[in-house]
Amino acid sequence: MARLLDVIREELDLTGTKEGCGEGECGACSVFLDGKLVNSCLVPAAQAQGAELRTIEGVADGEQLHGVQAAFLECGGAQCGICTPGMVMAAVDLLRRCPQPDEAQIRDGLAGNLCRCTGYVKIVDSVASAAKRAVAVAEQALQAGAGANP
Amino acid sequence: MTQPLHLGHSRPRKEGRAKVTGAAHYTDDVRMEGLLHGATVRSPVPRGILRGIQFGDGIPWNEFVIVTAKDVPGDPMVALIEHDQPFLVADRINHAEEAVLLLAHEDRFLLERARAAVRLEIEALPPLLDLEDSLACKEVVWGQDNLFKELLIEKGEVDSVWKTAAHIVEGEYRTGAQEQLYIEPNGTIAVADAGGVTVWGSLQCPYYVHKAIKSLFNLSDDQVRIIQMETGGGFGGKEDYPSLIAGHAALLSMKAGGRPVKIIYDREEDMVATTKRHPSRTRIRSAFDTEGTLLALDLDFAIDGGAYVTLTPVVLSRGAIHAGGPYRCANTRIHARAVATNTPPHGAFRGFGAPQSLFAIERHMDVAAAQLGMDPIALRKRNLLKMGDTTATGQIIKETLDLPGILDRALEKLDYVSKKHQYDITNRASAPIKKGVGFAVFMHGCGFTGAGETYLASVAGVEGRSDGKVYVLAASTEIGQGTNTMFSQVVAEALRVPMECVEVAQPDTAVVPNSGPTVASRTCMVVGKLVQDAAQGLRQTLVQSGLLPEPYDGEAFSRAVKAYLEKFGRLKAYSQYSTPPHIVWDDQLYKGDAYTTFAWACYAAEVIVDTRTFEVKVEDFVALQEVGRVLNPVLAEGQIEGGVAQGIGYGLSEQVVWNNGRMANGQMTNYIMATSADLPRIRVYFEENPYALGPGGAKGIGELPMDGPAPALLNAVQHALGTTLPREIPLTPERLMEILEPSNA
Amino acid sequence: MKGQAPGCRVHTPASLAGALELLAAEKGVWRPLAGGTDLMVPFAAGKLPFMDFLNLWGLEELRGLEISEDAITLGALSTYSEIRNHSLLQREFPNLVQSAWVTGAIAIQNRGTLGGNLANGSPAADTPPSLLTYGAEVQLQSIAGSRWVPYENFHTGYKQTVMLPEELITRIRIRRPKGNNFHFFRKVGTRKAQAIAKVCVAAYARVEEGRVVEFRLGLGSVAPVPVRARTVELMVEGCVVDTLLIAAARTALMEDIRPIDDIRSTAKYRRTVAANVLGQLLEEMVEHFDRMA
Repeated sequence: MARLLDVIREELDLTGTKEGCGEGECGACSVFLDGKLVNSCLVPAAQAQGAELRTIEGVADGEQLHGVQAAFLECGGAQCGICTPGMVMAAVDLLRRCPQPDEAQIRDGLAGNLCRCTGYVKIVDSVASAAKRAVAVAEQALQAGAGANP
Repeated sequence: MTQPLHLGHSRPRKEGRAKVTGAAHYTDDVRMEGLLHGATVRSPVPRGILRGIQFGDGIPWNEFVIVTAKDVPGDPMVALIEHDQPFLVADRINHAEEAVLLLAHEDRFLLERARAAVRLEIEALPPLLDLEDSLACKEVVWGQDNLFKELLIEKGEVDSVWKTAAHIVEGEYRTGAQEQLYIEPNGTIAVADAGGVTVWGSLQCPYYVHKAIKSLFNLSDDQVRIIQMETGGGFGGKEDYPSLIAGHAALLSMKAGGRPVKIIYDREEDMVATTKRHPSRTRIRSAFDTEGTLLALDLDFAIDGGAYVTLTPVVLSRGAIHAGGPYRCANTRIHARAVATNTPPHGAFRGFGAPQSLFAIERHMDVAAAQLGMDPIALRKRNLLKMGDTTATGQIIKETLDLPGILDRALEKLDYVSKKHQYDITNRASAPIKKGVGFAVFMHGCGFTGAGETYLASVAGVEGRSDGKVYVLAASTEIGQGTNTMFSQVVAEALRVPMECVEVAQPDTAVVPNSGPTVASRTCMVVGKLVQDAAQGLRQTLVQSGLLPEPYDGEAFSRAVKAYLEKFGRLKAYSQYSTPPHIVWDDQLYKGDAYTTFAWACYAAEVIVDTRTFEVKVEDFVALQEVGRVLNPVLAEGQIEGGVAQGIGYGLSEQVVWNNGRMANGQMTNYIMATSADLPRIRVYFEENPYALGPGGAKGIGELPMDGPAPALLNAVQHALGTTLPREIPLTPERLMEILEPSNA
Repeated sequence: MKGQAPGCRVHTPASLAGALELLAAEKGVWRPLAGGTDLMVPFAAGKLPFMDFLNLWGLEELRGLEISEDAITLGALSTYSEIRNHSLLQREFPNLVQSAWVTGAIAIQNRGTLGGNLANGSPAADTPPSLLTYGAEVQLQSIAGSRWVPYENFHTGYKQTVMLPEELITRIRIRRPKGNNFHFFRKVGTRKAQAIAKVCVAAYARVEEGRVVEFRLGLGSVAPVPVRARTVELMVEGCVVDTLLIAAARTALMEDIRPIDDIRSTAKYRRTVAANVLGQLLEEMVEHFDRMA
């Protein structure tokens, strides 16, 4: 019985998903399975049969970074980088469920992903910045739409 | 003077894009043809004699590569300070989880079954597991007396003071082991064939591994090549231990006829078998006059080194030198000892001895303040070092230093004074929630201790390559702290070019010179300076060649690099460390300039204690420090925030539970580091005071934040609960309960 | 990472009936596997004694939530996230919702299931104390039929349950609180998230005319199984709220719990803190009902 993590890393050769603990504690192996954030080290591969899988490799749109990734880069959310793919997945998941989180909500939403480098401050800031940017983008789009449709 | 182009600006992390997209390549991500997986069979007992090895039934042993101590071609001991730690047990077992036998196979699941099927026949011996027992020589497990190292730092006449002093304050303080808990476990890949040995690994110090592999295989410098892969955190935990794993992988590869062998530890193996922070015990006897002036300090500092010497003498040295804290004291004696026990060797962890001894002295100052009936601020202010004062080793503080100001400004950020007053009143109520504020003042010596940098004589360089870019050549590794970005900024500044014109060469001993280990808060201050000097040399070379007319932009610079290479074939510049003439250190007497400079700080914390559950919550945390000039504010803040988080864990929750010399809670579930939900927003402030010998005025920064949180937190707990008794870290809820309700059934 | 048994088998039944047939036909061979959050850890570490897994994850019959006038019935595969986000549960069963909130973190809550949590039988699990306060019953089904077992009788010893090898947990039923009631849940864990409880306390109380007519107190991590504190319950039930003897209740609690020392905490800490949290809950309860009166 393979773990989903092993299938991702070894069979699909998508090595952006990391193994930090193998016990569902660190979150470095976080991926989306049918749109839900899961620890791929705890998912039997058999249970992923027919499901939609999205890993860190599928977060950016080609060369265009996802807003969360761009914010991590800008705000210093990544240090050694080993927790970063999982952390980005958790942040994307949080912003999907809760597009404008306050600091406590961010801290709760990321609490399943351990980071030993940052003390979480820059990660929290990255997520807050990504949320803000998403609002700005949405407003721009709205205004552009309003302009085009008098 | 021209405005800095890059220094002082938050340039984005050089390798950041690869990290946020998952493209960065770590050791376990490497794919190789014909790869075997390696595994380590370890001792279940802390001490004994290996009598035999049995290979159980049901395993096709003939398919396995098997290595024992008998297969070692060269020096069987890891080459570091002392050659006392074997790569593999020959007969004597000195700690639990010590490596005895190595296995390799291409099927890692079968490999795991095989590992479980090996039975070690061991005649157990009584283990020595406690620091005090080791000092008392209850068993002798190392040398004649278990003593790895003993130091004495003496200044003035300590014993002349006791009789006449108005106050004598005594205390004993303890700190536990701490696990580095980098999120990427240790791992290496090795190929050992007729050409020599090549290692790819998660590591901090390529040339440490280089030295160890050379002596393990009896090879020359150029027959060994060590390549650092992207490294998922180190914090000291990948300073010396990778030499052992690399040796194991290389021994297996040799026996496998040169097939690559990969050893990746799983989390539990990493936690139970590899190094941790040294546990410590500090006894302090101090004398004060009626006004609170510190008259004498007598310190007995002891650390548990575990089974082998590894880096322990150096840890002891840094711990001892920091033991007197940031105080002026005419009469100081620091007696420091490191002893052997039958636990896995303790090793490097951010702070390297200083968090232990600074915890003791900074906790002691609050205990003393309580005993003297003085305010802890006032007591410290009477005694804080200033310019012209001497430290315990007699080092004269030659730079401007305003510790009282640092203290005041940190406390102001926390609103310490009014909170203290407020909680003094509210804590009198019977409510179960108590609040407190506390702080610690401290310093951290930058770079290697004593003559360390002189011995290392590090070399770093820069090289112009055919892509028109300049590459930094250094063995100093990026392990998350920002080496790549900082080097790039320093070099781009020196060359006066955009950041894109600079790259950092992958640390590979075949390519980069030995710029020393990535430790001791030295990468920016010491190696950064070398890189800066080399870059200035390279720029001069280009300008004088006539190929780089000024002014120039990035494109013109790249063209000049390419043109130079076409004309002369090679564009490289190196710089080597030499000790500044005013730095004098006596390694025998432990006197003189222990460090070229120190970073200084005051950290202040507010805590909430729930006396029903004995949980301590950190409500607010201020970290204010003077670290010379800050080269990259976002990276520097990130270093401090991360260090503080580790320091909070050290003080409150990160307990290594020992069971017969083995870590019993070697899982992330059971070894408690903070999640994002456990920590407050750590507030970081820098005060800039350019340091003449650092690149762009920078000092070292990496370890400093590890030193202050634990004493600041326990001092805040003392305030919240009105007891000076918390003196041991981590202050877990269970420990706090024993203090508050010792007799409660 | 460690090994995975290459010889192990995973069977994914098409229906609940298919699952039950297999369990009956090959008794004791197949180990039910729900979200995997408990089992996968020892499995990957090579510490599981069994090799054959019955994959329940796809069985729609075990999902969903039924609401009747008196009770809520949850499918065994209800995840913590589903519980955490359900508005009716949030309103009426705050203890259960809170215990789902504090189990692991989001990624665990998306996969971990209520049925799996019970079958796993850990005394440190977070949902059992809450279920005990709501008089939960567990439906066990085999091809021979089904039976409802009061949850308080479900665990028989450390990691032991009343389940027969051919049975599956199919549903969990909790009674909807009525009248003037009070709920309390507190997990004292090793940290705020991704934590295992050192002590977990949940309580439900109902008051009529100033008198406690119903009081259920569930605790985790203080005995080999999740426990109801019967001695305390008997003491509190029937009391006039304002005359509750909190100190006596704290003492009585020692009759109900048997904590141990382990790598996460000590027996003494668990006893002391369980008593302190009981004190907290009784104080809050008195305050609550006083406010309501």
